[in-house]
Amino acid sequence: MPKATNADDSDAPDGVQIDLISGERMDGMATMEKIRMILDGVHDGNIVILEEGLTPDEESRLIEVTMAEISPDEFNGIEIETYPKSETRDSSLLGRIMGGDETEAKLTVIGPANQIETLHKDETLISALVSRN
Amino acid sequence: MGLFTELKDSISRATDRLFSAQEPKRIGIYGPPNAGKTTLANRIARDWTGDAVGAESHVPHETRRARRKENVEIERDGKTVTIDIVDTPGVTTKVDYEEFTDEMDEEDAIRRSREATEGVAEAMHWLREDVDGVIYVLDSAEDPITQVNTMLIGIVESRDLPVLIFANKTDLEESSVKRIEDAFPQHKTIPLSAKEGDNMDEVYDNIAEYFG
Repeated sequence: MPKATNADDSDAPDGVQIDLISGERMDGMATMEKIRMILDGVHDGNIVILEEGLTPDEESRLIEVTMAEISPDEFNGIEIETYPKSETRDSSLLGRIMGGDETEAKLTVIGPANQIETLHKDETLISALVSRN
Repeated sequence: MGLFTELKDSISRATDRLFSAQEPKRIGIYGPPNAGKTTLANRIARDWTGDAVGAESHVPHETRRARRKENVEIERDGKTVTIDIVDTPGVTTKVDYEEFTDEMDEEDAIRRSREATEGVAEAMHWLREDVDGVIYVLDSAEDPITQVNTMLIGIVESRDLPVLIFANKTDLEESSVKRIEDAFPQHKTIPLSAKEGDNMDEVYDNIAEYFG
């Protein structure tokens, strides 16, 4: 992943960095490694998009760590939206044996709450309006 | 193993089962901020013990620490169910102290937001480690399909915890219980108004059935 730009750096380009993180990169990472990677990006003002989302347990730990890092006037949390697992996929015994449930991708968008004006999700689209502050 | 040792072990196992069956179940009341969790917890506690659990307020994050009311005995059809009610702070992904500055000065708002963040973290931890069942309270006048609701229900399901969804605030004109039933069709949804005390008989019947 490219090095994140610092908002205070006068040489930094005027824009919002988007980190698209592949499922392959997340594979083999421990929960806290994933959370650290996400929150480091968000602290730098980046929008983090995960090709494969987090489990509910990992999401709950992400919220727990986020809460520990919130501080007045600096960081007030995250916005997060995820496509849940498709209910139309084959969940039959054969489907599970063939590994259908294991390979389902979930797209997750995470960003700093103070920069994401709106994060809207419908059945086929996650739409984020991001301010540059 | 000798006969005496076997007998002792057998008695010990039976005693363990007896006491574990009698221990109150810890039922966590979860949901987003301002869904009416504390109002419901107070309603249940007052109906069965005479005491409240905690203060209620329209300001978000009035409940900033999980509060427990122990040994709440609910009697239904001649049977008594004993639960510990754990009222938790509303779970959210962001807390901005400026949201509270209309209601209080900046110092108090900052303190409130710090306490709220600690409370949310604590509530998440309790859900993963420390509750035996969940009452999930939603404001039936609001859209239930949010990331936090989906995630929390996902944790409950991944832990195989019994869960009841309560569609609260049915006294409001904009209330739509069907919207909540449609959002989480895999779980039982019970409509109620914790503020007005509407439909509490069905609430208690279901608590006894699910958590007894």
